[in-house]
Amino acid sequence: MSSPRILWRKSLNFVMLTLTGVAAFAVVSVLFLILGYLIWNGGTSLSWNFFTQLPKPVGETGGGMANAIVGSLKLLFLAAVMGLPVGLLAGVYLAEFGGKTFSFIVRYTTDLLNGVPSIVIGIFAYSLAVLPVKHFSALAGGVALGIMVIPITVRSTEEFLRAVPGNMREAAMALGASKWKTIATVVLPAASGGILTGMLLALARVAGETAPLLFTAFGNRFWSQGWGQPIASLPVMIYTYAVAPYDDWHRQAWAAGLVLLALVLLSNLGARFILARSKAV
Amino acid sequence: MERHFDHDLEELKQRLLWMGSLAERAVHQAVHAVLDAEEHLAEVVLSEEDAINEMQIEIDERVQRLLATQQPMAADLRFLLAVSRINGDLERIGDQAVNIAQSATRILRHPQVKPYVDLPRMSELAEAMVRDSLNALVRGDQELAQSVLRRDDQVDRLRDQLFRELLTYMMEDSAQVFAAFELILVAKNLERIGDHATNIAEDVIYFVAGRDVRHPALDRR
Amino acid sequence: METAATKEKIVSGAPQPALSVKAFRDPVPMEKITSPTIEHKQRLTISNLNFYYGPKQAVFKLNLKIPTNRVTALIGPSGCGKSTFLRTLNRMNETIRNTRVEGEVLLDGQDIHSLDVVGLRRRVGMVFQRPNPFPKSIYDNVAYGLRINGYKGRLDDLVEHSLRRAALWDEVKDYLKKSAFALSGGQQQRLCIARALAVDPEVLLLDEPCSALDPVTTAKIEELMFQLKDSCTMAIVTHNMQQAARASDFTAFMLDGHLIEHSETSKLFTTPTDPRTEAYITGRFG
Repeated sequence: MSSPRILWRKSLNFVMLTLTGVAAFAVVSVLFLILGYLIWNGGTSLSWNFFTQLPKPVGETGGGMANAIVGSLKLLFLAAVMGLPVGLLAGVYLAEFGGKTFSFIVRYTTDLLNGVPSIVIGIFAYSLAVLPVKHFSALAGGVALGIMVIPITVRSTEEFLRAVPGNMREAAMALGASKWKTIATVVLPAASGGILTGMLLALARVAGETAPLLFTAFGNRFWSQGWGQPIASLPVMIYTYAVAPYDDWHRQAWAAGLVLLALVLLSNLGARFILARSKAV
Repeated sequence: MERHFDHDLEELKQRLLWMGSLAERAVHQAVHAVLDAEEHLAEVVLSEEDAINEMQIEIDERVQRLLATQQPMAADLRFLLAVSRINGDLERIGDQAVNIAQSATRILRHPQVKPYVDLPRMSELAEAMVRDSLNALVRGDQELAQSVLRRDDQVDRLRDQLFRELLTYMMEDSAQVFAAFELILVAKNLERIGDHATNIAEDVIYFVAGRDVRHPALDRR
Repeated sequence: METAATKEKIVSGAPQPALSVKAFRDPVPMEKITSPTIEHKQRLTISNLNFYYGPKQAVFKLNLKIPTNRVTALIGPSGCGKSTFLRTLNRMNETIRNTRVEGEVLLDGQDIHSLDVVGLRRRVGMVFQRPNPFPKSIYDNVAYGLRINGYKGRLDDLVEHSLRRAALWDEVKDYLKKSAFALSGGQQQRLCIARALAVDPEVLLLDEPCSALDPVTTAKIEELMFQLKDSCTMAIVTHNMQQAARASDFTAFMLDGHLIEHSETSKLFTTPTDPRTEAYITGRFG
């Protein structure tokens, strides 16, 4: 083996190692940059007021985003109630029942639904839930977010159900459990860690969606009663405040962004924690 | 760990010992048919021959079954092989006893040739050897088995002694030939019984210690 | 006056009690195990069984009787259909698509295909090749079958009883709430046996139960099977001939989906009637 060949190989190795290392570092740093930026700009606006007060009228300083925080939570609740059961049961169908062609169709359309732009889903929800009653509502927002939650839930449910070993199902059936009993008492509990994780991640994902809420939930500067009124949400508030000409509002937008990001990150960490705990059994 | 195989082995041992007791008893009765002039004892021996032969077949079947189904190792394997051999020797002892019983019937038709001195001594020795070899199996006692091996020479000497004596009697008085001849046969049978007891003792040593002590004259290094 | 020892051929296969030393002073009659099937009661009777995976036939006109309270072993080379056949006995093959069964399988005289499949599987339990406990506690694993079948009595007693029958109670009695996965492979398999026994099946089917286990554990499970015989009829599929020889009363040899020979184990392994059986057990093929 000649010396220049060895040298070439070694330098190529080194270059690749460096390139891949830099790229990996870049990925990590982007997240920390965003976090840092938000903390720097919005950290000062975080206060007790921010979490408890309603937005003040235009021109006045101070005030908070209590209604937006509660609003986001209410919307997520609606999305969960409407989307998660559908996603779960569809996932069960795909994993446990289902003929070849129908399952293929379902999976494919799920993936397509996942790829539909969120604003288009918003328009769809608008025509479904806003037009007939001629006003915006939390319910409509929940519908839009609920639709978005479904594909993610279906796929993760199916994946974790499939990961349950087949011989466990056989064992249950050999003891006299019907197919449904097997699923309910053995398979679902076994996959529960992964399924819950999937659900949590789906909710975390839609928590930050802005476009579909623009013409379904719309927004509200006050508390919204019940489910039939327009409701504020963090992403929409961020948008509204960010494009406004007031500095105070800009600062509050940064703070809102920080809160939103923190919510998403915490949900992610929580999900991983649940998954790790369930795997350790 | 308790194995049901151990229970099978124990049962097999009990059957073998039962066969041994039948053989012992046959020898004792056959010899005393001659010594005590009790002809009915000879009939008893002849009627019980079948029992011993049936047991040989039964024990062989058990050994075959256990070898085929249990893949025995080490001491278990040696035990089964030893049982198989001892089985054959016990059956042969039974045959010898039958031969003695048949001779007894013929001897008792004639007056007694001479006072029996060596014959009882020889029969006691042979019976003791059979009994001790089986006890050695029960107790796993190598020493006892070795003592049986040592006594074989005594039995052989007694047989030679009896041959010489009886030959003299036959030469002196031709009328005594029939009885004396049968007595020689009895002596021969007893000596064979001693040999078989020796074989059993050798098999016991094989089972207990894993040493094959047959044919020590052969150089087996 | 002593009588000649007589031998009665008693038609039973019950394990013989150990003879005491005293016994060899008395003339004890000998009891022998007679030749197979006909004299024993039959728990399962299989007649003209054909089985198809789609168009492909896997079992051909199989006729077999599985005697009550005995262990019947199924041996044969890989792919000969023994596992497939075993699984027809509790209709587990119905979980696979595109399979077809022809012929008759009678459990105590009843056709299993006319019975409710859930009820059938309670009476005919199964233990699989790899231990497959549920991701639940030891207690919940054993209680599972009882709970789904609507058992209303004292679960604790039954769980203990099953674990005792599986020779596992002493090792786990203080850890019933621990996860089943904390047990070793051999313990997990015994747990699966306890789980199957909990619903008190009449028949226990074992599909190569020891193939994933070490020899010592295998010996324990074989001894366990010997003790269970009195209360349970067993059929075991094994590719380990020595295990079939050690642990079973009757053996059936299968080849390419056909039943070649079926007789008492000791007879099949010493004097098989079919030359193919002999070739297989002497290792000349397969």
